[in-house]
Amino acid sequence: MTAVIDLEHQHIWAWLEEVKDPEVPVLSIIDLGVVRRVEAEEKKVEVTITPTYSGCPAMKVIEDDIIALLEEKGMEEVTVKTVLSPAWTTDWLSENGKQKLKAYGIAPPVGSVDKSALFAEPKNIQCPQCNSYNTQMVSQFGSTACKALYKCNQCLEPFDYFKCL
Amino acid sequence: MEQQAALFNYCLRLGDTNLVMGHRLSEWCGHGPVLEEDIALINVALDLIGQSRTILSYAGEVEGKGRSEDDLAYLRTEREYHNILLAEQPNGDFGGTIVRQFLFDVFHYYFLEALTASADETLAAYAAKSLKEVTYHLRHSSEWVIRLGDGTEESHQRVQEPLNELWRYTGEMFAMNEVDEVLVAAGIGVDLAALQPKWEGRVNAVLAEATLQCPESGWMAQGGKLEGRHTEHLGFMLAEMQYLPRTYPDAQW
Repeated sequence: MTAVIDLEHQHIWAWLEEVKDPEVPVLSIIDLGVVRRVEAEEKKVEVTITPTYSGCPAMKVIEDDIIALLEEKGMEEVTVKTVLSPAWTTDWLSENGKQKLKAYGIAPPVGSVDKSALFAEPKNIQCPQCNSYNTQMVSQFGSTACKALYKCNQCLEPFDYFKCL
Repeated sequence: MEQQAALFNYCLRLGDTNLVMGHRLSEWCGHGPVLEEDIALINVALDLIGQSRTILSYAGEVEGKGRSEDDLAYLRTEREYHNILLAEQPNGDFGGTIVRQFLFDVFHYYFLEALTASADETLAAYAAKSLKEVTYHLRHSSEWVIRLGDGTEESHQRVQEPLNELWRYTGEMFAMNEVDEVLVAAGIGVDLAALQPKWEGRVNAVLAEATLQCPESGWMAQGGKLEGRHTEHLGFMLAEMQYLPRTYPDAQW
């Protein structure tokens, strides 16, 4: 399920492209798929977002950024609502977003959510630097909640992988 | 017992367990045995504290007395905390922390899996969201239990000993009282007795792979979750955690 961008509030959705993920600044919150709904009536706007991870500290920043941006665009009463259901998944990351991630040096998520909780074989992840598939996972947990740490056996560079959720 | 009171207590159990566990893990920040594990433990802590925020906020709504997540976290005493005793046990060394985490992660995983079917929409949404995160926690702690248990003589001993020590706290995870009865009957809560065989199955499989000996089940310590009676360790943790908001009640970031 992806958010349906309604024509009526298209201009607001376009504005929201300007709000970036503070931890991965090449991605907009639209690319990330965290904006679920926009409702507006004249200068009153309600934006519904969903967190990527429960403890993601970026959510508060994103909320503040949305309010600041829409006020700058002339909206007067801006509220941001957070919903947990349906739970965010990396499947909502846009194609455009995946390409931006790779160009930024972060390997985009591969396939869909891995259901096997135990002894899962790490997937073959492509190095965003040299494109080799000869890579290995160093840790399931990286610099932020959404990333795992990998290294490339070909070019020997470490890199982040945006893990499936 | 009224459903609302039961639900409030139920939320405190979940929120407090995650908060206390998350706080314990956060004590590793800057002290991990290797950088990757320092980061991993803190990532898990962040997930647990984030989940706790969601559920304590909801507890405040259910209670209806205007208490926020912060009020509940920072302004309740030890006896008002309903976390399981396992969560508050000190970290020990890395092996001890991993064992404590593993015993909890297996429970947490099956618990959340069952809670996704809750008739309470907020709890069901919370469970679906958290389950995705806990899947990673469980994989992480399971792999380490196996790596350490089936490692060297020294690493084996460093997980077998805490396993023997912490085993007495595992029974409390499945303990139930009238709060559970009311909520299970309403389709909101999880029948914990039904989870126990699943928990045992998974724990035994990992311990076998890790060449570790499963301790014999005997007397089980409990009292935290159902009654707010804790081991000596929780008070010290809360004293540290609550010092700032209690000393400077209007402190802001």
